Amino acid sequence: MAGIAQEKRKSPVVDDKVHTWPHLVRVEFLVGIFVMLVLILWSLLVDAPLEEPANPTRTPNPSKAPWYFLGLQEMLVYFDPWHAGVVLPSLIIVGLMMIPFIDINPKGNGYYTFKERKYEILTFFFGFHVLWVSMIIIGTFFRGPGWNLFWPWQHWDPHKVVALTNVDLPYVLGFRDYFWSSVCGGVVVFGYFVVSLAAFYLWILRVKGKDFLERWGMVRFLITALLFVTMLSLPAKMFLRLAFNVKYVWVTPWFNI
Amino acid sequence: MKKWEEIKRDITENQVWKAIFRHGYEDTPRNRVLMVTANVWLHLHPAKVRRHGVRMRFTWCMGGLTFLMFLVTVVTGIYLMFYYRPVAEYAYADMKYLEFDMPFGMLMRNMHRWSAHTMVVFVWLHMFRVFLTGSYKPPREFNWIVGVLLLVLTLLLSFTGYLLPWDQLSIWAVTVGSNMARATPLLGHEGPFADLVGANPIYDARAFLFGGGEIGPHTLLRFYILHCIFIPMVASLLMAIHFWRIRRDSFSGPPL
Repeated sequence: MAGIAQEKRKSPVVDDKVHTWPHLVRVEFLVGIFVMLVLILWSLLVDAPLEEPANPTRTPNPSKAPWYFLGLQEMLVYFDPWHAGVVLPSLIIVGLMMIPFIDINPKGNGYYTFKERKYEILTFFFGFHVLWVSMIIIGTFFRGPGWNLFWPWQHWDPHKVVALTNVDLPYVLGFRDYFWSSVCGGVVVFGYFVVSLAAFYLWILRVKGKDFLERWGMVRFLITALLFVTMLSLPAKMFLRLAFNVKYVWVTPWFNI
Repeated sequence: MKKWEEIKRDITENQVWKAIFRHGYEDTPRNRVLMVTANVWLHLHPAKVRRHGVRMRFTWCMGGLTFLMFLVTVVTGIYLMFYYRPVAEYAYADMKYLEFDMPFGMLMRNMHRWSAHTMVVFVWLHMFRVFLTGSYKPPREFNWIVGVLLLVLTLLLSFTGYLLPWDQLSIWAVTVGSNMARATPLLGHEGPFADLVGANPIYDARAFLFGGGEIGPHTLLRFYILHCIFIPMVASLLMAIHFWRIRRDSFSGPPL
């Protein structure tokens, strides 16, 4: 009786809420049972791998990291470990955490929409699906001995000969002196950031307008632009490598990019 | 002979039963709320939720299923811990023992492995869904940060567990996966500016992770403790915060 009375008191309040029990708990329960069923069947049918005992003196070729890190291992083809393995992953994590603070679009909060947040979704799609997931797929299925490219159905030939014809960008541009090569590389890397930051600014100005830029503020703009431009530096370097066999853009005594 | 109703009443209407089960399945709005608020597990949910936030095509159920996968790894993981010793001499033999001699050993190991992989996929899909619905926007910014930390911890949980079978697959995958640590700028002995800090092969970021210059028995124990105690504890704490914040910031839907 108390329950009915309570409902009567509440009924004038209009809201679209439903009771968690049973409406939400029911969905969770059924989906949970279904997933557990699939998991148990999968575990009955497919055994987890167990290879021969660990032997630090016998390195398998190729040595692959767990699949979820193969995107990072694949990036090692294009950048040195300090960059591909430490700086870029840290930027991914920090960049993800920044998202709520650099995205000031009040629309699309709590519902699906593409039209109202086209650029946000396309950027996320590019970073997550195009870069991260496809790098994992390449690393998992298309890399064999010597980290060379193989088709998934192709025989892994450990003696596959791949010509190492990569050269540094300053060399391609005609620099032969060590010092001036280094200066040239530095100019190219800094130039890339300056030019793409400016391009990013003009692009935002065109598609979002001056009003938006003022609301967005300098700090948000710079953080977003730096993260965005750094993300694009990966496909840029991939292009330089695949099209022009460029090994490093910038060679210094301390680090290479 | 007593009637069915009377037997039922005898069972449910006594002090012991009522001390444990506070209320029945009576379908009244009051009882529906009690079902959630008086239950330690369900009270992570608010008593009422938005109609559209319940739909599967909105949530994809990915957050909840990630948690389910975590629970599966905890349960199966505890079972495996009974039979596994994180000592280089025994670890691999224990794996074989577990697979061939222990009741349900292979099944438990498979479930542990596959649910861990599934958890990684689900947590990524969960992040993608939360991004698509803009559910990180005010007032949920902080919960997104906690979520990113949980995503990193999921990967670390999976990675530290990868070493434990102590077979060729695990030590070389972990070797490759943590080689990057020795290239950390300043802190890794192969990284830029390492000589400024004095990092060397047995005293740098990777040695700290491994408990020595090379992967070895010390690494196994270190990863075992990280995998079974340290990371699950931190992850559980963050999960508690994560779920609590979902509830406080109104579950799935535009803020009021």
